[in-house]
Amino acid sequence: MANNYRYIGKSVPRHDGFEKVTGTAPYVADLKMNGMLYAGVKTSPYAHASILSIDTGKAEALPGVRAVVTGRQGATKLGIYMVDRSIIATDKVRYYGEVVAAVAAVDAETAARAADLIEVEYEPLPAVLDVKEAVKPGSPLVHEKLGEYAHIKGVFFPVAGTNIASQIKVCKGNVEEAFRRADVVIENTYEQPQVFHTPLETHGTIVQWGIGDHIRIYSSSQSPFSIRDLFSVAFRLPKTNIEVNVPYVGGGFGGKSGIHMEPLVGLLSKAAGGQPVKFIPSREQECATLPCRQGLVAHIKTGATKDGRIIAEQAEYLWDAGAYADYGVNIGRAGAVTGCGPYAIENVSVDSKTVYTNHIFGTAYRGFGHPEVFFGIERQRDLMAKALHMDPTEFRLKNLLMPGSRTITGELITENTGRADLCLKQVAEAIGLNTPYTPEEQAEFKKTGRYRAKAAAVLQKSPAIPTWCATSALLQMNEDGTLRLSVGGVDYGQGTYTVMQQIVAERLGFPIEKIHISHTINTNLSPYDWQTVASRMTVLCGNAVCEACDDLKEQLLEMGSVILRAAKHEIAIGDECVFVRQNPHQRLPLAKLAMGYTFENGNAIGGPLIGRGKAIAQGLTNLDPETGQGKTALDWTYGAHAVEIEVDTHTGDIDILHMVSSLDIGQVMNEALLRGQVVGGALQGIGTTLSEAVYYDDRGRLITRNFTDYKIPTFRDVPRKVEVLSVETPQLDGPYGARGCGEHPLIAVTAVIANALANATGAEFFDLPLSADRVYMRLHEHERE
Amino acid sequence: MKRSIHVTVNGIAYDAMCSENATLITLLREELELTGTKEGCGAGECGACTVIFNGDAVNACMVMAMEAEGAEIYTIESEAENGELSDLQKSFLEHNAFQCGFCTPGMIMSARALLNKNPHPTKEEIIEAMEGNLCRCTGYETILAAVQAIAGERDGE
Repeated sequence: MANNYRYIGKSVPRHDGFEKVTGTAPYVADLKMNGMLYAGVKTSPYAHASILSIDTGKAEALPGVRAVVTGRQGATKLGIYMVDRSIIATDKVRYYGEVVAAVAAVDAETAARAADLIEVEYEPLPAVLDVKEAVKPGSPLVHEKLGEYAHIKGVFFPVAGTNIASQIKVCKGNVEEAFRRADVVIENTYEQPQVFHTPLETHGTIVQWGIGDHIRIYSSSQSPFSIRDLFSVAFRLPKTNIEVNVPYVGGGFGGKSGIHMEPLVGLLSKAAGGQPVKFIPSREQECATLPCRQGLVAHIKTGATKDGRIIAEQAEYLWDAGAYADYGVNIGRAGAVTGCGPYAIENVSVDSKTVYTNHIFGTAYRGFGHPEVFFGIERQRDLMAKALHMDPTEFRLKNLLMPGSRTITGELITENTGRADLCLKQVAEAIGLNTPYTPEEQAEFKKTGRYRAKAAAVLQKSPAIPTWCATSALLQMNEDGTLRLSVGGVDYGQGTYTVMQQIVAERLGFPIEKIHISHTINTNLSPYDWQTVASRMTVLCGNAVCEACDDLKEQLLEMGSVILRAAKHEIAIGDECVFVRQNPHQRLPLAKLAMGYTFENGNAIGGPLIGRGKAIAQGLTNLDPETGQGKTALDWTYGAHAVEIEVDTHTGDIDILHMVSSLDIGQVMNEALLRGQVVGGALQGIGTTLSEAVYYDDRGRLITRNFTDYKIPTFRDVPRKVEVLSVETPQLDGPYGARGCGEHPLIAVTAVIANALANATGAEFFDLPLSADRVYMRLHEHERE
Repeated sequence: MKRSIHVTVNGIAYDAMCSENATLITLLREELELTGTKEGCGAGECGACTVIFNGDAVNACMVMAMEAEGAEIYTIESEAENGELSDLQKSFLEHNAFQCGFCTPGMIMSARALLNKNPHPTKEEIIEAMEGNLCRCTGYETILAAVQAIAGERDGE
């Protein structure tokens, strides 16, 4: 799109580079406080067991131990959407790795030793280890008192007396009748395991519960204000008592949103008489004790007419929430809203159940429900195209949402919403989707056993956020006329702060190097932000920053008008000056206005300049409890991926030869940062496709507790070629027309690779991961078929 | 039991007291307060704590502190000199070769150890030297490009 922006869209270098490449950027683990103690935790060796007794005597007697806490102190329940998780397990444990006791000691070694000395007597209970069994009547219950838990009423729907933490339905038209009319009906089940976020930095926290219940928290978090909020609610303390600081954060991917170890470490500090306590989870604790991404069993039935129109779709989603669903219930809801993908389907029934099991509990993970449901949705599209003997791209194009069509929740798509079809066409063309392999190439495939194939898939996501989700920004001028910008959202690596600097620079025509953005959030100093999730920062925070710029500009123009003795509309800003349009030599450097202007006789006017900005999601509604109709989308970012893969049929190994991704992000804000998000997100998606899975033994004990058993992509797993494309359909209420893009690259990667694998081998794959051993076995099974 | 240890880190000779069963990363981060070296796994699997130990890249979490007696060690703090970033650091900035930054010190030290021994490594040699360094954010391509730019040899696709 042609425009004359000076900063928007440019690959402006990140603002935080110097500190990161020198190792001077402070993360929580790097902080020390006077009198600081170290925490150790005692965790459950059972997936499901009653706690009969806990003996902390030996731990307490160990020299250097300052505090020991158990469920007696930590029974308070937490939860951002469903208040179901106590700080420390009380009567029973619900997953392997759940905290049953914790200690604070003078050093980490003593803390670990003391935790080992705590003796816990358990009585094992029947464990719920399969989400399909968990929903059957008569299944053991993970939460007997589900009916009593506090939750957001009218938004989440727990089913008391079952393992269903929340059930969300989206219904439109008449599916039964439409299935009877359909020429082709297909029905498949897709399964995917839980996966880990694995940020390189674990969830580190330091808490000091000081005298008079004044609490200071340092946390590796995406959610400083949500921690303050949830902490204050849990402990019934005023928000002014709680200060949350977030320094640099070593990756989050959703796993650091909401509240995690802060209350536990807070209890330890309180029990230790107010000494600060630090807890840096080990990698094993990060895997076993902190939350993961939910697993999903998706059962999808689709009906289409001969000419390739999808007229009915019925989806049942069973989310393996694990032991707690405090965040998970909203993932089940997001998965329902997006439950048929970016397609215009008249008759729909989606039933999304967030189900408790005795697995590690789930939480937000990059894409929030979408990467999970899109595996089934986009596999199902290729399978339906095959059943119809249609080209899959043509089939998709025939059914995609277009301006004028409505989503499954009834939201009208307009010219400004974005275009999945254009993204799909772009990637299909770039990868040469319809260029067949030559007979020579095919002969080579046969000879070597290494088969190549291509495929495409589409994706969509809107932020799954509360309707009232808000943010704010402050833009202050320094004495020398430079600017400092403060926002309440966190840049944990995605590059948001650099984009915010670009917005200020563009809006005020100001040199970007003179705009400082604070990298440390402090809830007593920083402006409010709900939390940094859902690819919402560019849009909401960007809008708040635009407003702060405009507010500052107004103040500058007003002062300029008085001092330069011209009407306000005759005053302009540029070159770090205010000036009279007609006579630009009548000018004043901004530095002279920054702290107020002083006339020659000593009179002063104005005062330190502060631009204020705010933004709130506009026009969102709760879903109708019966039909799931409503508007939940702040914006829809559509996109598509295409891949060419090579599968070695002798080993089951899959190589990604070429990957092309396109997103309709409205306006590219920073080309280099966009590429970073897409390439990084796509590789994370490739990990969840090819190797990543949380495994348990038959008693629910975690097997994958480190980077050896849980394999994330390395330098060796990078696709040979990645192309990043974009479509720019401006979002009229986004800053400069932009939409979010942080999560989207991960979505539908599983499906596009599985589709290509099917094209290469003729074997259909319904379960993840597509690890070499599983692919190999399936190919042999397919040969016998 | 704490014991004394003599070690040269970034050209400075230290006499430190360190627990007998401590690892090198604890010595560096807790005793010498050189916190640029990060701990990502504590088990030699992620490379975030890579430092140069007598010329070799090692995971500081897999070396006992006592093994460092008399050793010469370089950490990320040695890269910039007199307030000037090193060539690798500048290249990481130019190539946008980091996001959250947590793996970055380890990445730079792995690359430095390689370049010290082999100033012009091929792409494959870089991958071989750095495949033990995990990054969850970038997808690696910009890191590879940053190191290749210093290696001065661009082969391959």
